[in-house]
Amino acid sequence: MTTNSLPPDPNDLWQPSRGLNKRVEQAVIWLFGLFAIISVATTVGIVLSLLFETVEFFRVVPLWNFLTDRQWTPLFSNPQFGILVLLSATFLTSFIAILVAVPLGLLSAIYLSEYASPKLRKWLKPALEILAGVPSVVYGYFALLLVTPFLQIFIPQLGGFNALSAGIVIGISITPLIASLSEDAIYAVPRALRDGSYALGLTKRETVFGVVLPAALSGIVASIILAVSRAVGETMIVALAAGLNPRLGLNPFVPVMTMTAYIVQVSLGDTPAGSIAFKSIFAVGMTLFLVTLAFNIISFWFVRKFRETYE
Amino acid sequence: MTPLSSQSTPLDAGWDIEQKEVLSALGKRKAIDKWFSWLALFAVVFSLFVLVVLLADVIIDGAPVLSWNFFTSFPSRRPADAGIVSALVGTVWVMVLVALFTFPIGVGAGIFLEEFVPDSLIAKAVEINISNLAGVPSIIYGLLGLQVFVRLLFVITQGRSVLSGALTLALLVLPIVIIATRESLRSIPSSLRQAGFALGATRWQVIRSHVFPLALPGILTGVILALSRAIGETAPLITIGALTYIPFLPELSLRGLQSPFTVLPIQIYNWVSRPQTEFHDLAAGAIIVLMVILLMMNATAIYLRNRFQK
Repeated sequence: MTTNSLPPDPNDLWQPSRGLNKRVEQAVIWLFGLFAIISVATTVGIVLSLLFETVEFFRVVPLWNFLTDRQWTPLFSNPQFGILVLLSATFLTSFIAILVAVPLGLLSAIYLSEYASPKLRKWLKPALEILAGVPSVVYGYFALLLVTPFLQIFIPQLGGFNALSAGIVIGISITPLIASLSEDAIYAVPRALRDGSYALGLTKRETVFGVVLPAALSGIVASIILAVSRAVGETMIVALAAGLNPRLGLNPFVPVMTMTAYIVQVSLGDTPAGSIAFKSIFAVGMTLFLVTLAFNIISFWFVRKFRETYE
Repeated sequence: MTPLSSQSTPLDAGWDIEQKEVLSALGKRKAIDKWFSWLALFAVVFSLFVLVVLLADVIIDGAPVLSWNFFTSFPSRRPADAGIVSALVGTVWVMVLVALFTFPIGVGAGIFLEEFVPDSLIAKAVEINISNLAGVPSIIYGLLGLQVFVRLLFVITQGRSVLSGALTLALLVLPIVIIATRESLRSIPSSLRQAGFALGATRWQVIRSHVFPLALPGILTGVILALSRAIGETAPLITIGALTYIPFLPELSLRGLQSPFTVLPIQIYNWVSRPQTEFHDLAAGAIIVLMVILLMMNATAIYLRNRFQK
């Protein structure tokens, strides 16, 4: 077959004017790129705004005293800022929270992914999501006005404000986080691994403990570390139920003051900007930020290092 | 379990003993299994039980205070006269403002990362950054808001205003919107984009007229979840110094943006932290209102998800 028609001259064809479209496209890219930068700018802003006042704080209070003093008395005429006092309280409430949340969350995750029928699962997951969506101030109400009086029936020496009920309620509030993230990890373990285990004659529970949980370990541990970081940063529950009593020690029955509760206490008062108490909340905030950042980094590292991948 | 064979062999006796041992061990193992499955079920039921107790307690304490006066009165030193009107209006203000800030910025950033620079270094960096931000305690955002919006941008925000509060919360929930947008865009098949490009449309034209409308339900779900997170937050707003006693409403104007404010969670905190039980009941009433708003928002999000996602 032959053809004698030449290709048409491009100049004779209709040419849409695309200049405007291209300019709009460029504008959109720049604008949206700017929006994407905002999230990076937030991180930078957090670090800078904490750093600025923290440096000012350490000009007055030596870092060594901050780390080694055993008193937290910011309003005394001779104030002492021993961060260990607040750290011990934060450690105490977070530890209690983890003791509650890990068994509850992990068992829930195992039940949802291994035992529940798909229909039941469809109902249970949104119910746990509701539990995760309850605002923390509501949990604070719950800790102070329901859990503490309930525990006082069994533990008469329990104070009206105490680390125990705050810790328990933080644990309940982070249970859905562990349950949902661990469930994702457990669900991602391939079916063939379970079938292989069953073929060797293992029961369901033996399969879960011997095969499924080890295979999902990195995701489970990461979820627990994230939950710890959440418990450390939890504010309203401890501000309402754990008290505002800076005290070094690990007694769960007495009022204590966590890092977050201290920030709330100072913010509620009329502390003038520039005073040492005002600067101290940024130093405490910096400590809190570094602690949670460390947990998040460990969690990422753990997932990267120990993730099992399957074809 | 049935024996594999009924044939008699010289090894039969030994085989029988072993099988008995195996079967009795199997019985034990199955019993442990049963216990474990009950224990796991108990964990789920316990969590849900706590939720039910929490809701029941709040409803029993709070339902009696819910009256017309409760919704139309300002906070008061006398529990009988106290109401939540300023907190409720403040929550609506904050919700609208946070939506106005996060929707364009979060969706724009999501589109940029997913459609314009996917798999690039910028996208990777922002992704890592966002997952880091998700781990930052909300009270730290309050300290950021205090420094940047209350003090640095005082001229614009007039300090501890509803604008400062909304901007702080917007930064807090922005990652949720960005992640939801990216996931929603990712679920749109690329054949749709290629059809658009084949017709000579620019990338932005394809996104605006084809990809974005299809991704919108997923994006809206994310925005609603972000808003429900924002209106439940207390700590960052306390840190920026949101006042708790507000006997007036912000003006419905640009000046209103610079007005001091309170929101439901702060009002709840204020009432719970007082010693008198009358105030605790008021707090329970305010919790009911807050939970109803949150449940409605979550129901809308779930409805959108089920209605449009196939």
